[in-house]
Amino acid sequence: MEFFNANLPYLLSGISVGGQYALIAIGYTMVYGILRLINFAHGDVFMVAGLMMVYLSTAVPIYLAVPLVILLTVLLGFVIEKVAYKPLRSAPRMSVMISAIGVSYLLQNLALYITGGLNKNYPTLPWISDTITLFGATTRRVTVITPILTILLVAGLVLLINHTKTGMAMRAVSKDFETSRLMGIKINNVISATFIIGSFLAAVGSMLYFSNYPGVTPTAGAMPGLKAFVAAVFGGIGSVPGAVIGAFLIGICENIIKALDTILMQLGVIQSGLGLATFSDAFTFVLLIVVLVAKPTGLFGEKAAEKV
Amino acid sequence: METNNKRTVLITALALLLLYALAVVLDLCIPVTSSWAMLLTVIQKGSVYALVAVSMNLLNGFTGLFSLGQAGFMLIGAYVYAMFTIPVADRMSVYQYYDGGLIQFYLPWPVALVLAGLAAALFAYLIGLPVLRLRSDYLAIATLGFAEIIRAICQWDKLGPLTNGSNVLRSYTRFSSMEIGGLSLATLAPVALASLCILLIVLLINSSYGRAFKAIREDEVAAEAMGINLFHHKQLAFCISSFFAGVGGAMLAMFASTVQAAQFKAAMTYELLLIVVIGGIGSVTGSVLASFLFIAASEWWLRGLDTGTFLGISAPGIFRSGFRLVVFSVIIMIFVLFFRRGIMGTKELPDLFRRRPKAGRKGASQ
Amino acid sequence: MSENVLHMDHVTMQFGGVVAVNNLTLDVNRGEIVALIGPNGAGKTTAFNCITGVYEPTNGRVDFLGKPMVENHPQGKMKKLYAGEDHGSYPKVLAPTPDRITKLGIARTFQNIRLFSALTVFENVLIAKHMRAKQNFLTATLRLNYKEEQRMRREATELLAEQDLLRLKDEVAGSLPYGLQRRLEIARALATGPQLLLLDEPAAGMNPQETLELTAFIHEIRDKYGLTVLMIEHHMDLVMEISDRIYVLDFGRCIAEGTPAEVQNNPRVIDAYLGVDEDG
Repeated sequence: MEFFNANLPYLLSGISVGGQYALIAIGYTMVYGILRLINFAHGDVFMVAGLMMVYLSTAVPIYLAVPLVILLTVLLGFVIEKVAYKPLRSAPRMSVMISAIGVSYLLQNLALYITGGLNKNYPTLPWISDTITLFGATTRRVTVITPILTILLVAGLVLLINHTKTGMAMRAVSKDFETSRLMGIKINNVISATFIIGSFLAAVGSMLYFSNYPGVTPTAGAMPGLKAFVAAVFGGIGSVPGAVIGAFLIGICENIIKALDTILMQLGVIQSGLGLATFSDAFTFVLLIVVLVAKPTGLFGEKAAEKV
Repeated sequence: METNNKRTVLITALALLLLYALAVVLDLCIPVTSSWAMLLTVIQKGSVYALVAVSMNLLNGFTGLFSLGQAGFMLIGAYVYAMFTIPVADRMSVYQYYDGGLIQFYLPWPVALVLAGLAAALFAYLIGLPVLRLRSDYLAIATLGFAEIIRAICQWDKLGPLTNGSNVLRSYTRFSSMEIGGLSLATLAPVALASLCILLIVLLINSSYGRAFKAIREDEVAAEAMGINLFHHKQLAFCISSFFAGVGGAMLAMFASTVQAAQFKAAMTYELLLIVVIGGIGSVTGSVLASFLFIAASEWWLRGLDTGTFLGISAPGIFRSGFRLVVFSVIIMIFVLFFRRGIMGTKELPDLFRRRPKAGRKGASQ
Repeated sequence: MSENVLHMDHVTMQFGGVVAVNNLTLDVNRGEIVALIGPNGAGKTTAFNCITGVYEPTNGRVDFLGKPMVENHPQGKMKKLYAGEDHGSYPKVLAPTPDRITKLGIARTFQNIRLFSALTVFENVLIAKHMRAKQNFLTATLRLNYKEEQRMRREATELLAEQDLLRLKDEVAGSLPYGLQRRLEIARALATGPQLLLLDEPAAGMNPQETLELTAFIHEIRDKYGLTVLMIEHHMDLVMEISDRIYVLDFGRCIAEGTPAEVQNNPRVIDAYLGVDEDG
């Protein structure tokens, strides 16, 4: 019990980070499902959402800043798609992926220019940043809120995908792009909707994520973005529930590894620290490679046969 | 045919000799203190980038494999090179936190350079085993992830006796310390090494294997029906590309004074990829040109954008630190969106001299 | 009875619930031209893909030149589908990749032409010579394989000359007109040095005159290169004219086989196919 209590914070923050990754991962998995594009810029949209909050919160009251940040992030995602991906719709897939990398590079450099490369302190959001005590562990309210909010948002999204006309169109497009177009589905609207949903969730995710961290840097989006993508691959790319489960798993594992030295020492397996925390980021990619080898389609992915 | 080949060899040899002579002359004529000294930096660093960009093009442009692991392989190359060429006498001060480190011998730099390439190729082989059997976008993300893993491993405290943990490696053999009888090779060495390696890559691309790589790029199913073993050839292209990325990484170490794992981030791979795109995916000449342009612009021509005055316009409010990179990214996006074929398309240098240039058509390979 | 070149033994290919090829047995003997016909979606191309290793059949065996080349006999519920003789202690799996099969001597063309469209006509044919070369990447890079490279180029040039494509040697393959692209695809398949040539709808998109020429062309290459030909075709004129024997597929099953005359008069075939859509 003492062991449990001592390590509860790691588990809690793992679940919390997992929820934040999940919100980003949905953007990846939906875009990949529809455009077969790894949207490398998505992690940076997440970072920009964080920066917008930093700057907006100094200009307007927080209850205005929150919806404004969400709105602007959605707009950013929408514009990126229109400017950088739409013109390349008939180009080889590699070109679109390169365009995504270009956007990512641009956003990072813009952020670098505007912030001057400094770590910008994230504003304290009322209520969710409050400190609370849970099972004897001290944590912020955001830690508890994140998984709940994530599940609610995902449930809403799944309802949207399965029970609305837009959702049906999305499913159709992800199954067969060309045929859906021939069936009269307005592809561009569907794609825009996908980017809007992805950016919205990334904006929410950024508020939860950065509340837990001291600040925002221009490269703050890169690593969470990559991890979220791995989560999407892990769950089976194109599958929303898969991405969410993958994200929680990665979040939890990552935080356990951060604490692995202490845990192992408590258990008496090792005598001195091994510095395993260095691998908390790398672990995600080890997981990725293991998944790709063992089950390339991920947990919930469908196998698509290539037609010859 | 026969005479044509001889002429090509002759022209290539002459061009290389001229290039080398130019490198030596420039090195002699430009004093370190002059404002033109930047040119030497551009040539040296540009050569290194040219090699790595061409190696990336071999994979992305000629074989059609979208790999984003270049920074990781460069890191392996740089570390292997640096680890083996630090003089034994200096090891105590470099590895000050690790009792002088584990390696207590010294290899001559050419040996270490080849070793750097081989180490990168070995890692490529291992990572290729699982990943090259999958669809190509998984290769992109797996190689990107692999680069991150390598970076973490190099910074791991327990490997400190080898990699010096998160501290820098220094005191190894550098370009600037190379000389023959008082004649500095600081510029000649990178130019000669890079051109030799690029020449080898060009020879490979124009060989039967290069044709097989291109066939895989064009249509995997048809290539397989032509008796080309997909996995074997992809693995080969991946290992060779990584070998030269490793050598390039070692050369980057030789150019700089220190090596640290933190330098080799995904952003470096992105930069290289964008160089390849600007030059033209599938053109070696384009990659080389774009590398020099990229380095010249970022280290030299656009410096003013960061420091207040550019083209005589002084606007310290706008032209401040970081603006150069913003301008850069915008230029890159313009290329990506509007000049997708890059500077050279799929053309090479000799194509420009032909009377009737053939329009290289890129088939939509889906 | 001449030598058996290809023998498909109770081959079944199933995708999920769809049985694309159902228990197909088929023989092609040396020097024959055999046609595989059937309505769209009958499983003809899938049968080709099972022979060439693109798909691993769910069940059954393919022999080439009397030796098992592809084989799969899983246990369990799939066994019910398999009506062949007792194979004893299976599962036994033999699933070479397409490149191995090409090396054995089976070449193919594709229904929707798959040329290396950004490469030249010459390069397209030259690539087919790569697999039999003894070079490795080092000797090739350092040009130590000079003699071999020359031989490969010479052979490719000869083949192009024979196929009347030499004048287009340096054209980009994707820029050729449709008919020539088909021609080049066949030339490229011939360059692999096959014994058995699989043609997937060689006359698709051709007008009657071109189809007529194709008949002569297929006879010509068969005689010249000592080939055996298995082809999928919808042009009934061509099929009836050229084939020694015909197999008719419908919903993955073989519903008839025999000489053109026999097949034409087979009531099942007329019902399933010819009677409905004679002109293809």
